[in-house]
Order: sequence, then C-alpha cells, then structure tokens
Amino acid sequence: MTELNLINARLVDPETGTVSKGGVRVKDGRIVEHLPYGARPSGPCVDCDLKYLAPGIVDIGVKVCEPGERHKESYGSAGLAAAAGGVTTMVTRPDTTPAIDSPETLEFVTRRANEAAPVNVLVMAALTKGRAGREMTEIGFLMDAGAVAFTDCDRVVTDTKVFSRALSYAQGLGALVIAHPQDPGLSRGAAATSGKFASLRGLPAVSPMAERMGLDRDIALVEMTGARYHADQITCARALPPLARAKANGLDITAGTSIHHLTLNALDVADYRTFFKLKPPLRDEQDRLAIADAVKSGLIDIISSMHTPQDEESKRLPFEEAASGAVALETLLPAAMQLYHADLIDLPTLWRAMALNPAKRLGLESGRLSIGAPADLVLFDPDAPFLMDRAALRSKSQNTPFDGARMQGRVLATYVAGRCVYERS
Amino acid sequence: MTFPHRHLLGIEALRPEEINTLLDLADTYAALSRQPDKHADALTGLTQINMFFENSTRTQASFEIAGKRLGADVMNMAMQASSVKKGETLIDTALTLNAMHPDLLVVRHPHSGAVDLLAQKVNCAVLNAGDGRHEHPTQALLDALTIRRAKGRLHRLSIAICGDIAHSRVARSNIMLLGKMENRLRLIGPPTLLPSGISEFGVEVFEDMTEGLRDVDVVMMLRLQKERMDGGFIPSEREYYHRYGLDAEKLAVAKPDAIVMHPGPMNRGVEIDGTLADDINRSVIQDQVEMGVAVRMAAMDLLARNLRLTREAQ
Repeated sequence: MTELNLINARLVDPETGTVSKGGVRVKDGRIVEHLPYGARPSGPCVDCDLKYLAPGIVDIGVKVCEPGERHKESYGSAGLAAAAGGVTTMVTRPDTTPAIDSPETLEFVTRRANEAAPVNVLVMAALTKGRAGREMTEIGFLMDAGAVAFTDCDRVVTDTKVFSRALSYAQGLGALVIAHPQDPGLSRGAAATSGKFASLRGLPAVSPMAERMGLDRDIALVEMTGARYHADQITCARALPPLARAKANGLDITAGTSIHHLTLNALDVADYRTFFKLKPPLRDEQDRLAIADAVKSGLIDIISSMHTPQDEESKRLPFEEAASGAVALETLLPAAMQLYHADLIDLPTLWRAMALNPAKRLGLESGRLSIGAPADLVLFDPDAPFLMDRAALRSKSQNTPFDGARMQGRVLATYVAGRCVYERS
Repeated sequence: MTFPHRHLLGIEALRPEEINTLLDLADTYAALSRQPDKHADALTGLTQINMFFENSTRTQASFEIAGKRLGADVMNMAMQASSVKKGETLIDTALTLNAMHPDLLVVRHPHSGAVDLLAQKVNCAVLNAGDGRHEHPTQALLDALTIRRAKGRLHRLSIAICGDIAHSRVARSNIMLLGKMENRLRLIGPPTLLPSGISEFGVEVFEDMTEGLRDVDVVMMLRLQKERMDGGFIPSEREYYHRYGLDAEKLAVAKPDAIVMHPGPMNRGVEIDGTLADDINRSVIQDQVEMGVAVRMAAMDLLARNLRLTREAQ
C-alpha cells in the first residue's frame, strides 16, 4: 500500500494528553513515524496548515437500521455520515428489526457493513434473544462471528436471574456487556426528566434517580459475577458516586455518556420539540455540568453519539407519542467542540473519551497516534463556524436537535487506514 | 382593546392586561347570555369546528353554545370515532380539516403539546380546550371571571387549589393565571398528586388540608380521576375523602365568605361533600358553568377579530 505524510499539523494525542505541532508518516495503513514540525519528507504529503490532527473517533452505540428499516439509515448512508463526522470506527447496535441476536443475522450485517461503509464497522449483538430479557443469546458463536460486545440497548434485562446468568456466562468468555442503567418501573411512560419544566409542560416524567437505581443494581451484579461491564449512558450527577465507588473497588466497569447529554439540557425541549426527545431524557443544567466534569476527570470514560435515526413520521407527533433519539454521527465533533470552546473539556481529554478509551475498552489498536497504530485519523478545524442545516446531513434520517444551531468546529478530512474517506471541499 | 394573539393555546403566553381585556369582554357576554335574545354577530359567516380527541360533554357543549350565540356555523367532530381510529396522524387530520377552511378550531387532545403541534399546521385560529396535563386556558379564564365577579377583584386574594394537581391541566392553567394576577396561591394534596419541581412554582404547598385552607378567600377543588383512585396514587377513595374531601368542617377554617369552586364533573363524596357543593351561599360551581360560555364567546370573538384583520392585511 501507498505512503502518506500528514505534515504541519497540531497533533492531538490522547495518550500523552498533549497538543503539539508536528506530523505523521503513514505506511501500509499504519502510523510508522512521527514527523517534526516543518519536516517535508519525500513521498506524498498533505500540508495540514496547522489544523488539528487527531485519532479518528471510535463511536460505540451507533444505530444503523439494517436489517429492517433501511429507509431510516443504511450502512451506506451511516458510513458516509461517519466519514464526514470524523468517525473512523462505528460500533453498531443490535436494536434492529429483527434484533441482531444470532450468528446468521450478525454475518448478514457484517457483510452489508463491509460492502457499503467506507469506515470500520464493528458489530455488537443482543445479550438476550429478541432483546426480550428471557434467554441469553449464543454469546460464544456470536463472538466467533465478530460481535465485540453484547447489549440489549435501551431495554433493561429486568429479571435479575437472567441478567446475572448472562453476565456470568459472558464473564467466562471475557465478553463485554453493555447495559442501559435505568429502573424501568420508575421510568415507565416517561418522556422527560421530572422537575419544574416537565411539570409546566405537563409531560410524564422520570426522576434521575431511576438511572442511579439501575446502575446500583448492575454494579451489585457485576460484583457478584466479575463480568466486564459498560454502562452505555450515565447522564445525571446522582449516578456518579456509585460509579466512582465501583471503580475504586476494582470492578471491571466503564461508563459512557452521550454527546447530547453533554451539550443540551431539559429546557432545550422548549415547546415540545420532538428532536430533543431522547432516552434517557435530557437532564437539567447541573447534571450536564456534572457529567462534563466526570468526563474531564475520567470517571466517565467514553463519549458516544448514540446515533439514532428516526424518520419524519415518527417525530411529527405529540411529544409523548414521538420516537426517542437523535442522529449525531456528523454533529458529534462540532458538538464536542462546544465543550472545548466553553473551557469544560480540553481536546486531548475529548479524544481520550471519543477515541482512546472506546478503542481500549474494545481491545482495538486504534484511537491513538502512537507508532504502529492504525492510521485512522481526523483532520479538523475547531474554530470554523457554520450554521447547522439538517438537510445537508448525509444520514437518511435528519432528526438532529442541532438543526439551525450556530456551531463551531468542522471536519476537514477523515482517513481510515491511511486512505482518505472524506475531504471537505 | 389589545389581544395580539392568533391562537389561544395556553395562559402562559398571556399578559395580565390581555387577561383583563378578555374578562371585560366576557362580562358583556355574560350579560347578553341572560337576555331573552342571546344573539350577537361577532362570528357571523365563520366556521367553527370542535375537535375532541378525548371525551367531553360540558366543555364541548359550552364551546358549541358560545359559537352559536355569536353566529358561527358550528360543527362537532367526535375524533375518537373517526379517521384517527384508522391510523391517520394528528397532522394529517389537521391538514384535512384545514382544507375545509374552518376559521376557529377548538381542540382537546389527551397528549400535552398536541394542540400546539396542530396549531403550527393550520391557518385558522386554534383554541386549546385541554391538552394532556398541560393547559386548559378557557377553564382558568372562566374561573378567573367567576372569582372576579364573586370577590370584586382578581388580585391579592388567597386561593387554595386542592386535589390531583399532578395530572391536572386545570391546575396548571390556574396556577399560571392566578400567579400572573398577583394572588397568593396554596396547593393542597398528597405528595403523590403534586407535580415534581413544585417548590419552584412560587406557591405554598400543604399536605394538611385544614392548615392549607386557613383564611383563604377561594377554595378550588379538582376532580380526582377514577383511574387514580385505587392504590396507585392514593390508598382508597374513603381515605382520600377523609383527608382531602372538602366538607363544612374543613371549610370552617377558611374566611367566612370564602367561595367554593369545582371545574366539574364532581365526584360527590370523593373530593367534595354533596351538600356543600349545592350550598348557594358558598358554592359558585353553577356560576363557573355560566361564565364558561361567556369566556369562550369572548375568546373566540377576540381571535376572530385578529383573524379578520390578518386576512384584510393579506
């Protein structure tokens, strides 16, 4: 394979926590050498013009609607969106129709992904058959077929017997289980977070305590089984102390959060704007700041887009009836730049949460700039302003809460294994 | 007279002087409604459609009479029996109706925010006749008019709202309206029936009814929905009546001239003692029904004026 030199960049290195001027030499899809600033080696060169070069984003929890609802998002459209968003590895969710719960479906999805998507795709499988919470899936076969983690997505396995056995079995195989910490009884029917705003709008609401309760339960079962566990979205301050204790106790626990919960709050719903309906619902400002702080401290390990395409029909409904979720592959990086510009989280820390940590958690070599790492890279300008227009999104579904927002930070180019998969014209 | 609104979706968007404008006009319609000839021509030539996605007898009848007294062509659509059952979405229903050129659309819907959504898709005036647990503006306005007529003013009164506040759009609209008019509000109910974040509403909250009713000028009772009576939110009907049902004994701590209100329909013996509800010296429940028609006539009149002005401008 060919060679490529990306020179005169500012390198965002999540491993060292630094931003420094320099470049990288890429050969056979891997980073082979760090170049000093100003060096112009032989071979093809891209002058980055002092823009920022960082490891490509590893996004855990992307929903691509294949099989079942290809009109909402296909591997082709999601892959283009990912490339344009600086996401070099999509880790896809199994909450499709039907669910990805057998090696056969998984193989179908993997084949589709490899044909259609210009970025790396890794596939997660359901933890229980049909995500019904009754019988565990063929975790072993699914791992052999390439499943990188097991999750029932936003469905909680309520039967603790079933969940504990699935955790035990997964532990035996070293499989990673990703769960949605939530007490489904307390959060039943909720469309918003309880508080003054939800009460004024007359929306059925859930206390953030439901998340803490779900996490408490899961932590107890992880302590019991020794499983490798990742909480998909921690979104409220109240869940942070138990998470910190579990980590301090040496449990194999990591936690994620969504970019929307880091950049929006419950008030953004305003007059029933259904593009802001998420699961879990948006929290109040104190929670948002606490979560940003937890990302900064490393208590929360991973930031995900939680990309969830929904068609117009499922969003053009009264708020309670409307579907939850937002697309975010293309807006993840610009939204993350809001945290950077607000001085909440610096760039290396953002890339630790968006690239290094998710890669580490899944045992991938990517997510870093070190010699030998795959040349999955994103070149971006954190300052470039633009007006977000959802019609310009590459996703088949355009349900973004950032429509019409003034954003700052754009992807200039994305490289997967040293090959340019996106270049901003 | 200023009432610069295209729709009446909630109390939240109204300013105090606009509320007064509407109530002043409603006063004249209350007088008209007591005449042998009750007709006026404010809505002549206009078409009013009542779309009720949720059962209602009184509110729908009130809007229908209000429209007819002002000369509108009124049509009632029972949405539960219609195309909604066939899977049509709210927006499609709205667009279909819109094509029939209605001028006033009166909408009730079981989901909060549904009337706002619908109002964005039509080019006539929309009146919210109750959306989920969000707002029921004409109820709050008729309550305000009733209070103003009984007490001679609508400010600096001490007003208690009792019962299922969490699920009540009537309570929300009333809290907003009475707060805007600078009254002192007390909410009384068991914690299971109080909304979250209530401490930020600028109201006093009481779990003990006798304490909450002390020296108030107005007692507003709310209806307790049947489906909330058993076990889920309160232990039983009889315990609820014992603790939160309004009777003469509990009312005795209020001001001697305190009035008793209820949006109806009442559950006698659940939230209110039957004798008290019928006591013409204390209960203004029948006046509320009467003022309901007057307030709705005023609201539709004001919106129709704006509608005509907008159309002339085009």
